[in-house]
Amino acid sequence: MIALGQVLEVLIGGLMSGVLYSLVALGFVLIFKASGVFNFAQGAMVLLAGLALVRSLDLLVSSGFSPWTAIILGIGFAAVIMAITAWLIERFVVGPLVNQDGLTLFMSTIGVTFVLEGAAQMIFGSDVYPLRLFPTDVWLLFESHFPGGILVNKLDVWGAVIAGILVAGLAIFFQRTKTGRALRAVADDHLAAQSVGIPIGWIWFVVWLVAGLVALVAAIVWGTKLGVQFSITFLALKALPVLIIGGLTSIPGAIVGGLIVGAGEKIAEVFLGSPIGGGIEYWFAYVLALAVLLVRPQGLFGERIIERI
Amino acid sequence: MSEILLEVQGVSLAFGGVKALRDVSFDIRKGEVRAIIGPNGAGKTSMLNVINGFYHPNHGAITFKGRTRAQMQPFEASRGGIARTFQNVALFKGMSALDNIMAGRTLKMRRGLVWQMLRYGPALAEEIEHRHRVEEIIDFLEIDAIRKVPVARLPYGLQKRVELGRALAMEPDLLLLDEPMAGMNLEEKEDMSRFIIDVNLHYGMTIALIEHDMAVVMDLSHRVVVLDHGVKIADGTPDEVKKNQGVIDAYLGVVH
Repeated sequence: MIALGQVLEVLIGGLMSGVLYSLVALGFVLIFKASGVFNFAQGAMVLLAGLALVRSLDLLVSSGFSPWTAIILGIGFAAVIMAITAWLIERFVVGPLVNQDGLTLFMSTIGVTFVLEGAAQMIFGSDVYPLRLFPTDVWLLFESHFPGGILVNKLDVWGAVIAGILVAGLAIFFQRTKTGRALRAVADDHLAAQSVGIPIGWIWFVVWLVAGLVALVAAIVWGTKLGVQFSITFLALKALPVLIIGGLTSIPGAIVGGLIVGAGEKIAEVFLGSPIGGGIEYWFAYVLALAVLLVRPQGLFGERIIERI
Repeated sequence: MSEILLEVQGVSLAFGGVKALRDVSFDIRKGEVRAIIGPNGAGKTSMLNVINGFYHPNHGAITFKGRTRAQMQPFEASRGGIARTFQNVALFKGMSALDNIMAGRTLKMRRGLVWQMLRYGPALAEEIEHRHRVEEIIDFLEIDAIRKVPVARLPYGLQKRVELGRALAMEPDLLLLDEPMAGMNLEEKEDMSRFIIDVNLHYGMTIALIEHDMAVVMDLSHRVVVLDHGVKIADGTPDEVKKNQGVIDAYLGVVH
């Protein structure tokens, strides 16, 4: 007999970690929507943002700044690093490739991945650095209803709140501002966008900057959970099934896809794991993604692509 | 004669060994419809691309509104008041007809990002004002019914109309139309001709257009430039050009 309390606990835990997958997937969706580029470097950008933040925090705290000042300065520093990265990528990598095929641009982001990973670790170090911006203890809810209560990580709740704010902000940015409209225009057609006077270089800088800032947010949350370390780049791999399930072009899709993957893999692990030997958590997302590909190749929320022949 | 809006001076353009344009000079006067015609591969679209800043000529210069430049960037051209449409419709396919035309207003919108996100104060007033102008254009082009439809789903003739709408939304001083009637049936051609004449007469907009349908060219344009193999072979009123032996030879071939 499975207790209801346990189901709820697993479900909530799963949804919360799903939010974190969504955060990484969001970075991919943003760049893809706004430039038609599948950005392989998103995981590396999370690593770079995390390292820049955690190392500057260590330095600021050890040189006697108060924690709050250090946090603000540290986040500011990491944001500046992401802005510089965005500018360099626009100037030297994607800028010269305007009007090129999507695949060409994708290849260039693989190059960017290696450069970022190497440069980040060369400049900021390659150890595991603990990051403590949020409380990592837990709440026990509804202790009167369920024996032992329902365990919820405070960090996960913080992560969910931050992701919610981020998504709302981005949605408004894309739908309401002329820059948002220009971003969608550039993604659809470079030449036409240039012909109505959209400065394509500036737009791409904005895209990479926003993706960099989303990476920074993901780094803050993930870094607090796992410590900032190289393995954070593998997050990008977990974001792939999320993207396939949600659809590459949809911000809500990234969120829902992340939640499905997070909740699904936890529930599968806990309730199906023991009969078939466990370890489901590691492959569940990919199998789910495969199933979605077979049934609905554009993902749950993706735009259906109709090609005229 | 009205004043000269744009003057092309001795423009040459080569792609490697292929000479797309050779020492081409002509002018466009304010308020006229200027046609650029010629057989396939004559360099017509290259000429538009030079005017609009997509291509940078190897020699020569362009004077637009009294300012002479050897080359300019596409966004400088559009900022200066040059709008265009494309031979193969180039719309923002994922966006609605309305959003496509709104995109044409990009340069005219001035309010800050934060205000636009909050939909507040001057930014809201600005959005509403631009929306009004766009609705006027939608009215004018008779595309009310399809304003919310993603343009990829529209038939070709309507896509061309939306593209014209986007260019009009920029309120340009010079409108470049690259084969506005290619691939259209007779009825669509007549509609499009009517729009072009209206734009020219009622808004006084200067238009340069490339077109293959000679009947249309003769009807619409005030003056015609003829290109062949990148060289200008004739320039004048439709009647003059029609009688020009060089033009007849270029179109029909010459017996050697």
